Amino acid sequence: MTLEGYTQERVNIHLDTGKIERGSISEEFCINWIGGYGFGAKVLWDELKPGTDPLSPDNILVWAIGPYPGTFLPTSSKYGLFAKSPLTGLFGMAISSGSIAQQARRAGHNLIVFYGKAEEPVYIMFDDGDIQILPCKEIDLWGKGAWTSDEILKEHFHDSRLSVAGIGPAGEKLSKIACVTNDRNRQAGRTGMGCVMGSKNLKAICFRGTKSIKVADPKKFYELGKDFVKRSIGTATSKYREYGTPSGLVSYNDMGMLGNYNFREGYFDKMDKFSGQWLDENLVVKKVACSQCPVACDHLARVPKDHPLWAGAVGSMDIENIYSLGSNCGHNDWYAIIKAITLCDDLGMDTISAGTTVAFGMECFEKGIIKKEDVGYDLSFGNGEAVVKMIEEMGNRSSKIGDILSDGSRVAAQKLGGDAMKYSMQVKGLEFPMFDIHGMSSFAVGVSVSIRGACHLRNAAYGLDAKGKFDRFTYDKPLERGKAIKAVEDEYAVIDSLIICKFTRGIYADKQDHCDIYKTVTGYDMTPEKLMLDGEAILNLSKCFNIRAGATKADDYPPERFFTEAPTRGPAKGVTLKKAGYTKVLEGYYEARGWDKEGVPTDETLKRLGLDFVIGKLKGGKK
Amino acid sequence: MPRHEFIVVDPDKCIGCELCETVCSFVHDGEFNPLHSRIKRVRIEPIINISLSCQKCEDPDCVNACPQKALEKSEKNGSILVDEDKCTGCAFCIRACPFGAVSMSTETGKVLICDLCESIEYEEPQCIEFCSREAISLKTVDQVGDEKRIDAVKRLLTEMLAESK
Repeated sequence: MTLEGYTQERVNIHLDTGKIERGSISEEFCINWIGGYGFGAKVLWDELKPGTDPLSPDNILVWAIGPYPGTFLPTSSKYGLFAKSPLTGLFGMAISSGSIAQQARRAGHNLIVFYGKAEEPVYIMFDDGDIQILPCKEIDLWGKGAWTSDEILKEHFHDSRLSVAGIGPAGEKLSKIACVTNDRNRQAGRTGMGCVMGSKNLKAICFRGTKSIKVADPKKFYELGKDFVKRSIGTATSKYREYGTPSGLVSYNDMGMLGNYNFREGYFDKMDKFSGQWLDENLVVKKVACSQCPVACDHLARVPKDHPLWAGAVGSMDIENIYSLGSNCGHNDWYAIIKAITLCDDLGMDTISAGTTVAFGMECFEKGIIKKEDVGYDLSFGNGEAVVKMIEEMGNRSSKIGDILSDGSRVAAQKLGGDAMKYSMQVKGLEFPMFDIHGMSSFAVGVSVSIRGACHLRNAAYGLDAKGKFDRFTYDKPLERGKAIKAVEDEYAVIDSLIICKFTRGIYADKQDHCDIYKTVTGYDMTPEKLMLDGEAILNLSKCFNIRAGATKADDYPPERFFTEAPTRGPAKGVTLKKAGYTKVLEGYYEARGWDKEGVPTDETLKRLGLDFVIGKLKGGKK
Repeated sequence: MPRHEFIVVDPDKCIGCELCETVCSFVHDGEFNPLHSRIKRVRIEPIINISLSCQKCEDPDCVNACPQKALEKSEKNGSILVDEDKCTGCAFCIRACPFGAVSMSTETGKVLICDLCESIEYEEPQCIEFCSREAISLKTVDQVGDEKRIDAVKRLLTEMLAESK
């Protein structure tokens, strides 16, 4: 059988020696691990030695796509980066969209693995089958922002359509929250994949692909693909198209779920003009799309030309960066948010971690742990201009506090000492996304068991609370909740492996829809049962990676604040999470997964998932 | 002189998704390759997005530039027809076209120009069919001029109305 969809090529790039190995991946590998997340999980489990320091040359960086890039399946142009995370010390992964995946697929790439560390800063040009490791110094690339680097490389190769994924100064300076930026506004944001690139002296990877792509059943693909294009501009995506993800600001705030003031509160006191609608009607100047996406959730907003500080700055607005750089820092200054977003994207820092770490810094400032003379200005909650300044200092490590905060809130808290750790709002080291979980008893567990640390994209259990599937203030039906939390997580493992965008998840009526499109592209007769089992296996394998790296049950708990300090306003006023109830649901989730009470997959579970090769290897690792 | 319809793209509506490119190559060749698309997306960061395709010029520079006389403007629909037997891939037409609307196949070395999908089985140009923003349409120069005039007058009247208040 020949599988279409996959190029089945694997490239190993040894940055230390410059050696490039070309191999292949089997059909079985493709079908069982699907792509993206699955490929990353398998390669890292197989090849990354337990105990590896994430910043050492021994860390491995995996770039992977699934079977769809290059086709017109909506949101198919997505790639993932995978490595041991410098931020969490555990399984690191980040997914991005834009032009990279389809361009790389046309160049013939499916799976690229980077080993070692280059002697000097380099970038890599993947020009169809030709691969060249080139020194940054020849084109003066090192030290440049991600946006400038992109422009330099496009000009250097005389190709305005060249696809570039690269790091900015933050990644070069090994900020643990450094991201990888491509197509200006698209980031492989979380868990410090930009830091890993920086540690390997790898500034950017560029792709140019000219080969045509076939699918197994072109006629069927045309019909089905067209239907999905039509569906993707239907009701399932209308909120992303109209006001974009910022449409959630008001609705989540109304439920007391909008993180603000470093999660002391979930109901924001500065909602005046702080809505997706206001943003859309007043500041959004253009809606743009990733390659092959009819949704266009990327809403660009511009600071007016007469602004004294940030005139003309154009930022890509998303509810996550609006929360992290705005409400979580206690302000609703749109211009400061727009400017801070542009800085994060260009300097190459994850907006979620960066903003939430500034919020941490603001709380430390308020508590006297960070002093005014340390900062040189007022780092109080509510000061949007201070957020912009601090982001710049973090990305460049250009000040004492900026340097400390550049590694995320957990490392910063360790360095600052005192009570600082109380204000570090993260799980496993990864800063919180937008949701305040005081009154979210299901998502509290979901966000905490998430493989890569606090994340709404690995585990979407927030829907269970927001849609009222379970009582969000109590802890009844722990096993039933556990099963529901598992179900959304497994589904996301499939989506992140295929890889498609979660914003189009609603256009697939059921799992069979996924299988139908998979078959027309690859020719393989995928079943819903196998697809979901693959997703479950991928999730379990990355969980096992974490256990082998030293993660324990204690890493599956959210910060103490949620158990001890209640919000003072909104629907969750006076509510805290309850430790006993939380643990009950956590253990319900473990049970639903077939894990023991400590959250370790049983041998029986591993066998059921075809992960026999893991058995006996879950001890002895260290973070 | 007959008025021919050609592809017009509205930059205010275009989101730069590239679906028009991908589907164009697919319906013509059965494979996906934007290099083989007869319509090309152009993005100038941060906010300019548009796609460009053959404008069916009345006195086409591409036709005039071709040393092999391989290009011909169709009487019927105004499309530029490529005689693949004559085309040598010299690319003079690509250099001559003021819109960059001519491209060349990486496989055959022959030039590719929008034929409004008339050479293939589909009724409507597929870029139009697939555009999620209805940013692409078929118009004649008269329609384009008419729309522009209405826009201009609306703007003018708005200013006049505002001034009279």
